[in-house]
Amino acid sequence: MKVQLTRLAHARSGDKGDTANIGLIALRDESYPILVREVTAERVKQHFRGICHGEVERFELPNLGALNFLLHESLGGGGTLSLMTDAQGKTFSTALLRMEIEVTEQEAADLHG
Amino acid sequence: MKQKIRIAAGQGFWGDLPDAPVRQVEGGPIDYLMLDYLAEVTMSIMQKQKARDPNAGYAKDFVPLMRRILPVCVERGIKVTANAGGVNVRGCADAVIQAARELGFAGKVRIGIVTGDDILSRLDDLLARGIELRNMDTDEPLSTVRDRIQSANAYLGAAPIVDALNQGAQILITGRATDTGLTLAPLIHEFGWASDDWNRLAAGTIAGHIIECGAQASGGNCQYEWRSIPNLADVGFPIVEASPDGTFVITKHERTGGWIIIPSIKEQLVYEMGDPHEYITPDCIADFTTIRLEYEGRDRVRIFGIEGRPATEFLKVSISYSAGYKAVGTLVYAWPDAYDKAQAADRILRTRLDRLGLKFDQVLTEFVGVSATHGPLAGKPGADIPEVQLRIGVRGQDKTEVERFTKEIAPLILTGPPAVTGFAGGRPKVEEIVAYWPALIPKEEITPVVEVLET
Repeated sequence: MKVQLTRLAHARSGDKGDTANIGLIALRDESYPILVREVTAERVKQHFRGICHGEVERFELPNLGALNFLLHESLGGGGTLSLMTDAQGKTFSTALLRMEIEVTEQEAADLHG
Repeated sequence: MKQKIRIAAGQGFWGDLPDAPVRQVEGGPIDYLMLDYLAEVTMSIMQKQKARDPNAGYAKDFVPLMRRILPVCVERGIKVTANAGGVNVRGCADAVIQAARELGFAGKVRIGIVTGDDILSRLDDLLARGIELRNMDTDEPLSTVRDRIQSANAYLGAAPIVDALNQGAQILITGRATDTGLTLAPLIHEFGWASDDWNRLAAGTIAGHIIECGAQASGGNCQYEWRSIPNLADVGFPIVEASPDGTFVITKHERTGGWIIIPSIKEQLVYEMGDPHEYITPDCIADFTTIRLEYEGRDRVRIFGIEGRPATEFLKVSISYSAGYKAVGTLVYAWPDAYDKAQAADRILRTRLDRLGLKFDQVLTEFVGVSATHGPLAGKPGADIPEVQLRIGVRGQDKTEVERFTKEIAPLILTGPPAVTGFAGGRPKVEEIVAYWPALIPKEEITPVVEVLET
């Protein structure tokens, strides 16, 4: 069944030039393997289609129960060049949390635990 | 050797809460106050200020702040590390010395300054010797923007700050030093960490990363359970309480708002982290995948297990260059059909811009209240959405064309769709764009200069 990522994770995002950096953190350690399985670089690239025009890189931080994503070519040139309201990519964090991911019924039940 | 050193963050950026540093020195015991003033393009702003006034070019706010906190710092032996010097470190130090004398501290405070980061006057020499300073993001050679460069500074690490502290400096002022170095240097100085003790250097670097954005580690901008965060009006800025073995606790003063919890620390750890295996600074490479966190009490998170690796042979250089002009105009459309009206106004405006034959590198339309932050992910707005802000920005090389654009916004009120307002601010301002060019330079090209001045 599908659940929205905001049920499993919190996030913070920022910029480095034209690249948005999104850190995605499991709300509970048990959910980290679900994030690793479901929130792949390909799925994030697909999720941000029309926004991220470059490559998406993903890094794993099992020690923090977190994934870090770099979304290249996402900030309208970045820094002072960008005309975007969110030139620093600060709201990419919650944009990622909109993603719907697939979980088993047991995993969904555990979210209520 | 002290067994605990407390380093307090007082500014997360130039323009952060003015009273935060005062509260850090007065609100409880600390050994160091760390102030980060320099964002990526701050140096170019300061370079412009210095061109107009040779006495300017540094974070002006730092001087009245020091005037205010110096008595407490002297009384309690609190030292200050700040990259407030911008492109005029000596000017900044002179102003602080003047303030110290006026407060009656002549001969009682030593000011350390670190320079040698400014390579603006050396660029042609460097380029001639084959040091290309290619853009780290785009790989373009610097020659493509050479005639438009406004500032060029290498990021210095902790080592010269340590030198100054070892020579007895109490107030340490740098130009373009890394924010993490401002926290790491006091730890090296106090605990005598070796310059190849990579794990401890990485630990001090990560401590610096956690507090360099001020309250963003202690409840500010914290998504986790944000409604539950206590008393953000009175948010306590973070404090590193470090031990000689490289472990440390992040905490804050008692009776302040915000919180120090593992989720708030995790959010700050991942902030603009890049590749977690390779967080590169002039001092070391820190591996964020080795960080361990545990609670040590209320508003106390202990951090341990950090591993690091040898630093690279390069320093990062921040170069700023003039990249044209931009302006952004906004109007607000009200119910009914607010979004449709804003879209219609955008089409009308673009038709007029086309007819004028204006040439821009980019024209961006956003609909605030509909899609400005999350774009297509936000979905379609409801038909009865109360209002939408139309926000149109242009960017181009010709200032007069950007200026011409700014004259097309207000007329939309009387010549476009109805139920429109929000133009009290007058015509949009035309801004010169000063863009950022990150590059690398071999370390041996940069020689930091350390001086300790008497007041």
